[in-house]
Amino acid sequence: MSNEATRVVRQPAAARSPKLKGSLGRMLQDKMREIWRFRLSYLFIAPFLVVFSLFIIIPVFTGVALSFTYFNSIEFPKWAGWMNYQNLFSQDVIFLQHVIPNSFKFALFVGPIGYVLAFVLAWLIAQLPGTLRVWYALAMYAPSLTGGIAMVVVWQVMFTGDRTGYINSFLLKWGLIDQPMLLTIDKDYLLGIMIVVSIWSSMGLGFLAILAGILNVDRTLYEAGRIDGISSRLQEIWYITIPMMKPQMLFAAVMAIVGTLKSGGIGTQLSGMNPTPDYSGQLFMNHIEDFGFTRLELGYASAISIVLLILTILLSRFLWMLLGPKEDE
Amino acid sequence: MAVLNKMRQSMARSWSLYRSDFRSMDKTQIFLLLLLTLLAVFMLLPLVFIFNHAFKPLHELFLFPPTFFVRQPTLQNFTDLLQATQDTFLPVTRFIFNSIVVTLLSTVGMVILGALCAYPLAKHPFPGRKIVFGVILLSIMISVETMGIPRYIVVKSLGIMNTYWGHVLPILALPVGVFLLKQFMDQVPDELLEAAKLDGATEWQLLVRIILPIVTPAMATITILSFQTAWSNSETSALFMQDDAMKTLPFYVESLTSNLANTVARQGVAAAASLIIFMPNLIIFLLSQRKVIQTMAHSGIK
Repeated sequence: MSNEATRVVRQPAAARSPKLKGSLGRMLQDKMREIWRFRLSYLFIAPFLVVFSLFIIIPVFTGVALSFTYFNSIEFPKWAGWMNYQNLFSQDVIFLQHVIPNSFKFALFVGPIGYVLAFVLAWLIAQLPGTLRVWYALAMYAPSLTGGIAMVVVWQVMFTGDRTGYINSFLLKWGLIDQPMLLTIDKDYLLGIMIVVSIWSSMGLGFLAILAGILNVDRTLYEAGRIDGISSRLQEIWYITIPMMKPQMLFAAVMAIVGTLKSGGIGTQLSGMNPTPDYSGQLFMNHIEDFGFTRLELGYASAISIVLLILTILLSRFLWMLLGPKEDE
Repeated sequence: MAVLNKMRQSMARSWSLYRSDFRSMDKTQIFLLLLLTLLAVFMLLPLVFIFNHAFKPLHELFLFPPTFFVRQPTLQNFTDLLQATQDTFLPVTRFIFNSIVVTLLSTVGMVILGALCAYPLAKHPFPGRKIVFGVILLSIMISVETMGIPRYIVVKSLGIMNTYWGHVLPILALPVGVFLLKQFMDQVPDELLEAAKLDGATEWQLLVRIILPIVTPAMATITILSFQTAWSNSETSALFMQDDAMKTLPFYVESLTSNLANTVARQGVAAAASLIIFMPNLIIFLLSQRKVIQTMAHSGIK
């Protein structure tokens, strides 16, 4: 059975489908036959696709459907049309005054700056001799391993609000402040702290992809570039390194966008409050959780997630246009 | 112990290599090295603190000015962590046990499912392949965290609330893993598969005997990836588990630390707990970092 499948695997498609311009029935039959030939392939991908559909595809569609309803988790969802979206963009003061500006600021710093930083760090590390590289790469990557709860503990220790906190004690010692500050529950500092902590822990898969991409660029290209008149390291990066590793750059960019837009828990965890003090650290995710799990307005919460989802995909598409494969490549 | 020995050997080996490297470095490289060392120290400082914090006795936690390094290391925080739950009817060992079960099942599951799915995607031109891969690629851009509510509905209607399935199955849906494996499998030369096919190998044999040995770096990477996802995952506990006996260690630590902000009390215990969460991630990465970097070279979206 499997032998038959293996035999056809590598034949070009043209050879497999007989010359037919016949009826639709014939075409359908042929298609079915082709699918049957590859039954083993489908069997192989089936287990993952089942899990994938259950926990990603179906939730996305359910989310879209729910976003057009009023749903309080007890009664059956009631159709509400565009109501949730209208309210979100016209009446939700917290969303308009806090969530959007906060998310924008947060994403602007953590996204592009984190990304550029990842590239610079990866490039610097790639210039080191081989054996050192590993340990420096590890140092940059380790913070992202703390992900989630461990990260919060780490930083809470640093930002402890009385004088025994490391940051407070440091500032006191250098005479920059007279009294310890409750850093993480101060609305003026919270967002800044969230940004620093997020950048610190953002050197994850994307960073490793960039590093690997840089290391993988063919050395001889640099020599060829030098002959063609490239004189500085910056020119090398711009004309050789980046074009050669566009695919990895794109992967890292997508990871950066997803990672940035999905973060939210961090504000609540750092300040220990939900909502965050004066909504100063309120991001998309906090807003979703606030409505979804505290106020149980699941339809409305779904609408917010769909807005976030569309935003993520649009941004990724935009980067795709910048870095993705072009028609002529 | 074997693990430690292996690490010690590799460290010794790289140290002897360092010295030869240092001699051959020029001025810019030394400058770079200093700059990077500063950055690395900045990145690692918080981790060093947490490590020291976990071993500090209570009176050192309250010290002013606070000390970075522990003076009289003690295991007090770890025993406190164990005892913290002895008054209630669930010992912390139960959460650790849950975490281990969930992590093992999800890691093994992800490796099997991922390999099975990535192989046809890379090497079989079956009808619909482009669509399937396109959807997987698109789904990398979707953060499942935003999908909490619909996922809750799915888990509830599958009837797997409060079971290990409720932890494991959602973690298994990790499209990045399949994506990385598929990109790596693309590199396996077709001629190799052709030759094996002529010798009468079945598809299953092709996958297990030829593809898998070649793509071990990628396999190691997705092992780490799903290990980390599962081991530090508190989301499934928060959403899908009402029964406390089914919750995992990260969730327990989260509840332990939720009122921790701005106080020193219980910081030691929290540091100890987060060290328990952090260390396995670090060790498993240390052991396979070369393979990971090798895999990430093929991570590009082409």
